[in-house]
Amino acid sequence: MEQLKTIGRELAMGSQGGFGQSKEFLDLVKSIGEARSKAEEDRIVLSEIDILKRKLLEPDIPKRKMKEYIIRLVYIEMLGHDASFGYIHAVKMTHDDNLLLKRTGYLAVTLFLNEDHDLIILIVNTIQKDLRSDNYLVVCAALNAICRLINEETIPAVLPQVVDLLNHHKEAVRKKAIMALHRFHRKSPSSVSHLISNFRKRLCDNDPGVMGATLCPLFDLITEDVASYKDLVSSFVSILKQVTERRLPKSYDYHQMPAPFIQIKLLKIMALLGSGDKSASEIMYMVLGDLFRKCDSSTNIGNAILYECIRSISCIIPSPKLLEAAADAISKFLKSDSHNLKYMGIDGLGRLIKISPDIAEQHQLAVIDCLEDPDDTLKRKTFELLYKMTKSSNVEVIVDRMIDYMISINDNHYKTEIASRCVELAEQFAPSNQWFIQVIMNKVFEHAGDLVNIKVAHNLMRLIAEGFGEDDDDADSKLRLSAVESYLQIMSEPKLPSLFLQVISWVLGEYGTADGKYSASYISGKLCDVADAYSSDETVKGYAVSALMKIYAFEIASGRKVDVLPECQSLIEELLASHSTDLQQRAYELQALLALDARAVESILPLDASCEDIEVDKDLSFLNGYIQQAIESGAQPYISERERSGMLETTDYHSQDHHEVPSHALRFEAYERPKPSSLRTQASTELVPVPEPSYYSEAHQPISTSSVSERESSEIKLRLDGVKQKWGRPSYQSSTSASSTPPQAANGTSSHPDVGVGSSSLKPRSSYESKKPEIDPEKQRLAASLFGGSSSSRSDRKSSSGGHKPAKGTASKPPKENPIPVQPPPDLLDFGEPTATSVTATDPFKELEGLMDSSSQDGGSTDVMGVLYSDAAPVTTTTSVDSLLSELSDSSKGNPGTYQSQTSKGPNSQEALEKDALVRQMGVNPTSQNPTLFKDLLG
Amino acid sequence: MIKAVMMMNTQGKPRLAKFYDFLPVEKQQELIRGVFSVLSSRPENVSNFLEIDSLFGPDSRLVYKHYATLYFVLVFDGSENELAMLDLIQVLVETLDKCFSNVCELDIVFNYSKMHTVLDEIVFGGQVLETRSDEIMKAVEEISKLEAASNSISLVPKSVSGWRGGR
Repeated sequence: MEQLKTIGRELAMGSQGGFGQSKEFLDLVKSIGEARSKAEEDRIVLSEIDILKRKLLEPDIPKRKMKEYIIRLVYIEMLGHDASFGYIHAVKMTHDDNLLLKRTGYLAVTLFLNEDHDLIILIVNTIQKDLRSDNYLVVCAALNAICRLINEETIPAVLPQVVDLLNHHKEAVRKKAIMALHRFHRKSPSSVSHLISNFRKRLCDNDPGVMGATLCPLFDLITEDVASYKDLVSSFVSILKQVTERRLPKSYDYHQMPAPFIQIKLLKIMALLGSGDKSASEIMYMVLGDLFRKCDSSTNIGNAILYECIRSISCIIPSPKLLEAAADAISKFLKSDSHNLKYMGIDGLGRLIKISPDIAEQHQLAVIDCLEDPDDTLKRKTFELLYKMTKSSNVEVIVDRMIDYMISINDNHYKTEIASRCVELAEQFAPSNQWFIQVIMNKVFEHAGDLVNIKVAHNLMRLIAEGFGEDDDDADSKLRLSAVESYLQIMSEPKLPSLFLQVISWVLGEYGTADGKYSASYISGKLCDVADAYSSDETVKGYAVSALMKIYAFEIASGRKVDVLPECQSLIEELLASHSTDLQQRAYELQALLALDARAVESILPLDASCEDIEVDKDLSFLNGYIQQAIESGAQPYISERERSGMLETTDYHSQDHHEVPSHALRFEAYERPKPSSLRTQASTELVPVPEPSYYSEAHQPISTSSVSERESSEIKLRLDGVKQKWGRPSYQSSTSASSTPPQAANGTSSHPDVGVGSSSLKPRSSYESKKPEIDPEKQRLAASLFGGSSSSRSDRKSSSGGHKPAKGTASKPPKENPIPVQPPPDLLDFGEPTATSVTATDPFKELEGLMDSSSQDGGSTDVMGVLYSDAAPVTTTTSVDSLLSELSDSSKGNPGTYQSQTSKGPNSQEALEKDALVRQMGVNPTSQNPTLFKDLLG
Repeated sequence: MIKAVMMMNTQGKPRLAKFYDFLPVEKQQELIRGVFSVLSSRPENVSNFLEIDSLFGPDSRLVYKHYATLYFVLVFDGSENELAMLDLIQVLVETLDKCFSNVCELDIVFNYSKMHTVLDEIVFGGQVLETRSDEIMKAVEEISKLEAASNSISLVPKSVSGWRGGR
């Protein structure tokens, strides 16, 4: 029975024209299709690999069989299994004279090998020969292979032939030769730098297809070097003009648009050339304006061109008229039901907003709809737009939204990105330090702490340490107290990110007891809890111990008696025997510190001195005396490692330096330091015998304490020279400027491109806020806070963002006050449509239909493809066959009969049904009930 | 530049994968799986675009289209236009449909090399080469014909029925 079925299937395939493969291959595909699990699939593939390995070893394999083996190898590799045992056979196949086999060989080789593979050398010769072939199809196959297989070293071997092919009589060959040359240019610009004039030449090719292909390399070249192509501006413009005027052959039309892909490439090139160049831009105005008029926005490709126009306009120096046209196009996109178009609209808005900041305001509700759309792509794009239009007046709302979204997603990659954006915006625009710490940093850290850059944590610590940067000590201590309070609260939550705990520990150590609200024992108890709860995290523990040390130091320095809590004591004892040298050293230091008197302690760890600059003596000049002494008593002078290994003239200064830094820290500091205090000796002698791999990983940690005086060790996190350079200055400055008093915050914004948004947005605001009563007031408020005025005072903003309460209105600006009752101005009518809020209710297939530009609306037809193509397909195929016949009259006589039977077969539902049945048999399980699987393609 | 073209079925089985820069097999698999897991979690009624930096590096976008049992996926960088890429998928599908008349998933699996031939006529080395499906068809047919000719001359006569779909 089973056999009968198989036979039946094969017969069915035979009658359909077959899939042209052997039964073994069909069975392989079938059994993989039926595999229930990955393991089962792997087993099938592995046994197939065994079979192929065996068969490939057989002598005298017929070529046709060989071809099939190669295809099976390709299939196996696509499924993720190693087929390298058969690579050599694929390589051999490229040498074959038979075009079919040669092409199969090339195909397999391009899929198998990378350009640096050893086997490539065996192919280069064949490629050279094939490039010279009389048969242009062989040449094309070779050009195709070149793109993948030729690397920098082998380019010269084929370059002359490829250049010759630029003048080949077949346009298909010229096109591919240009593309191949383009590929060379991408791989190794220097190897073809003397040939780039050829691209210019080919721009004037008689064949529009070749001209279109030339645009690809030119686009790259112009991206690299705009200046040398300015002379082509008018040529590009006139080409585009001709294309839009339908001067190209009708065959270049796609969905009634003349050569749209060429138009898009041209627009992209024009965007590059017109950027920042007034005279070049002016040449383009005409054709761009024409395009806006001519583009058919009912087709997908028409919209693609429209979008490209918007993009170009945002890059060049635009005329007001064009800006207007672009804004119109954007609003069409945003009002569309298609998510794709909305996406493009948001993207276009983000581009245009740089030039005319007030454009966003007419679309604020559409933007908010996109923000609340279930489509993640759209949402993210909208966040990108918001990110671009953030200013100090709306930063709170935007960042709040971002954080909410950040919390809701699982995608770590995007979480990281959005977290860093939040931080960036907060650092740039934060209205107050309080807000910065409480809302942003704490939330960001709590939810994405392990994802944010470590420098953000250091910025936060620095911000808390520096406070407002002015003489306002009162505000500073308030800020710190609020930070301490919030951290004490957050600490009780389970599973905080490591980085956040480090910040918490540091802040508690520095300021936990600073204003006397919390007792030392309370804070130290909390710190012990942290060290306890996260006992596997050595970094956190290190921070906690250092914080403890600071707490006790402050206590001792202020003359109070220190009671070390029992859990603290046990923590110290545990760490004294820790495997981590870092923790061990900290514990010893803490122990030693507890025994010192108040004066000594105060000089070691002065109160609130984390911001003071400490100079690190990189040359270790304080050791000079000691060295002198040692040399005098007969020691060898130090010879650097480089000198010792005779690499004095080394060229790679950088890497040398790089290597030396860590070894420095290790080698000298532990061994050769003078001994100013008994404490230090103790520490360093303990350090020596326990070499730890983790030592290096913690290089950023204050492990090198032993090299500097005890006093510094407490502030180590902000002190070390290298550290400072790595994390510090740029962001440090930005955070201070943002965190300072309001006038300075305004300064911070002035560096932002969107600065104009604030002021210019004031006037039109009242008009759109007043628009339509039927829009959700909540949404309106959000809109107002996103797009609204910028100059309201901080307290004003606070109240507006605090739960979006209508309390906002009570503040200082009369025009803002009551948004709802004002009568709607007539020109905004269309905006008030309720559709704006109900986007998602659209027909899912509408989009597809629109894209297809299909006239067929008949969803019930069993074979829509048939309906569409029944009149066109047979005609075109037969004519093409005819023309082929005449062209290839010499060789093609072989067997045209069967071929025609295939091409003229035409679609019918009977066949589709059979096919579907087969599909099911083969275990592919189509999800659709539709016999013609591509029915929904055409709606 | 186009970075990759993929076709996979709704169960995540790759049906065709072409990467325009070489990637080791494991990496290819990882990307295919990654793309599938993103696609399969997309609701139906949303845009066809994805920003996919997490898999393909910065500035990578992805356009996909879902036909019956298949996903068609294009991955590309910022120098291409998303809507145009969507139409490129359309070009590919229309061409395949002309090639196979009512193309279905199995056509793609069994005509692996022909699929590549079609694709190579449309996208060449990561750049869009040709978008006129008639031209593509012409080129593909020309190749098929010549191959058929060489096939029937130099190979075993029995293979006559075998070349048709395969090439």
